[in-house]
Amino acid sequence: MTAATTPPAVCCAPAARPAAPAETRRPLVLAVLAVAVWCIIYWQLEPFSTWAVAQLPVAPGSHLKEALAFFIFDTPKVLMLLGLVVFLMGVVRSFFSPERTRAFLAGRHEGLGNVAAAGLGILTPFCSCSAVPLFVGFVSAGVPLGVTFSFLIASPMINEVALGLLFGLVGWQVAATYLAFGLSVAIVAGWVIGQLRLEGWLEAWVRDLRSSTVDLASRHLSAVDRIEAGLEALRDIFGRVWLWIILGIAAGAFIHGYVPAALLGQIMGSDHWWSVPAAVLIGVPIYSNAAGIIPVVEALLGKGAALGTVLAFMMAVTALSAPEMIILRKVLSPRLLAVFVAIVTIGIVAVGYLLNALFA
Amino acid sequence: MKDVKVLGPGCKRCVATAAMVQAEADRLGIPVTIEKVTDYAAIAGYGIAATPGIVVDGRVVHAGGLPKAADLAGWLSAA
Repeated sequence: MTAATTPPAVCCAPAARPAAPAETRRPLVLAVLAVAVWCIIYWQLEPFSTWAVAQLPVAPGSHLKEALAFFIFDTPKVLMLLGLVVFLMGVVRSFFSPERTRAFLAGRHEGLGNVAAAGLGILTPFCSCSAVPLFVGFVSAGVPLGVTFSFLIASPMINEVALGLLFGLVGWQVAATYLAFGLSVAIVAGWVIGQLRLEGWLEAWVRDLRSSTVDLASRHLSAVDRIEAGLEALRDIFGRVWLWIILGIAAGAFIHGYVPAALLGQIMGSDHWWSVPAAVLIGVPIYSNAAGIIPVVEALLGKGAALGTVLAFMMAVTALSAPEMIILRKVLSPRLLAVFVAIVTIGIVAVGYLLNALFA
Repeated sequence: MKDVKVLGPGCKRCVATAAMVQAEADRLGIPVTIEKVTDYAAIAGYGIAATPGIVVDGRVVHAGGLPKAADLAGWLSAA
């Protein structure tokens, strides 16, 4: 973590931009003010939404009213939480880069390497359109295949959006459980893939590629640069996910208002052995990001669905998706892709059963 | 003439990055040739792990995310 603060070591640092003292302090003050305003608004959301729902010409206690109340309260709440979490993580992530992570992981032994890769997967900024360059960049630079997979599994499944929203909407216990068991799936699945020695099942062009690692001369980032990085993350991630979130909240509102608790408890409760694998099989082809799925998770848990079943569903939705498979097919042979999907699926199902047994 | 390569599989940000390079070069009056490298093997050959990447006269100067205009000016005007 301290690596980011060391001065640029190599020849070609870009010219530092001159910064006047007044200019450097203003964004800091603005950031603090913005967070304070955020807190004030956030604390008023519940009374405001209660008031707004009461003004609606809908019969109290009706299904529609319940659904609307969920939607009207959750939409601003989720969007505000997401904004804060994405901004803060954008600041934290300015300390990490895929190149630095790769340099750290190259030549690591499996085992500890899997643990480090899964942990760094949470912190390293990486978007799904970068999945192939990242995968190829890791493997060709000598990061073991299983360690690369640990990174690739953890990164979309456990991220700031997922943890921040779970924490805000469902509680820290569920967020911590998701973090611990999501990391376990990423570590163990990557380790198993490493033990199987499947390097030969990579596409030939990936296998033959040996690249050097590039040493990017990064200029020293000031506090203002990091705040700017946070704002950039806010613009970028918010722009990509806001529609998913609204759709997710609408789905959550529908479940909250209309789906009978008895029925849901029966299907997604912990009584049936098949409910976990069924939730995972339904979740794998569904493509949504974590932000869209968490309002659904909130509504399902509120209706008495079992924790393990719901979290397994969420892991399946975020960790495995059809678009990601299509992208990864460019570097993995069909056999290796199948092994990857199978191992991750088994891991998620196991976590679902385990959690249902622990929290029964 | 500066030789600039934008590394990326053709995602939205890669297109935006190429446009930023062109705009900054025009502003500074520096003649550039911009080439988009979309082949995954070629991109990996430059040693980057995140796209878009920028290569100026054969040297990798940037990887991952949109560049800053001020940095672009620095890379383009460096001898």
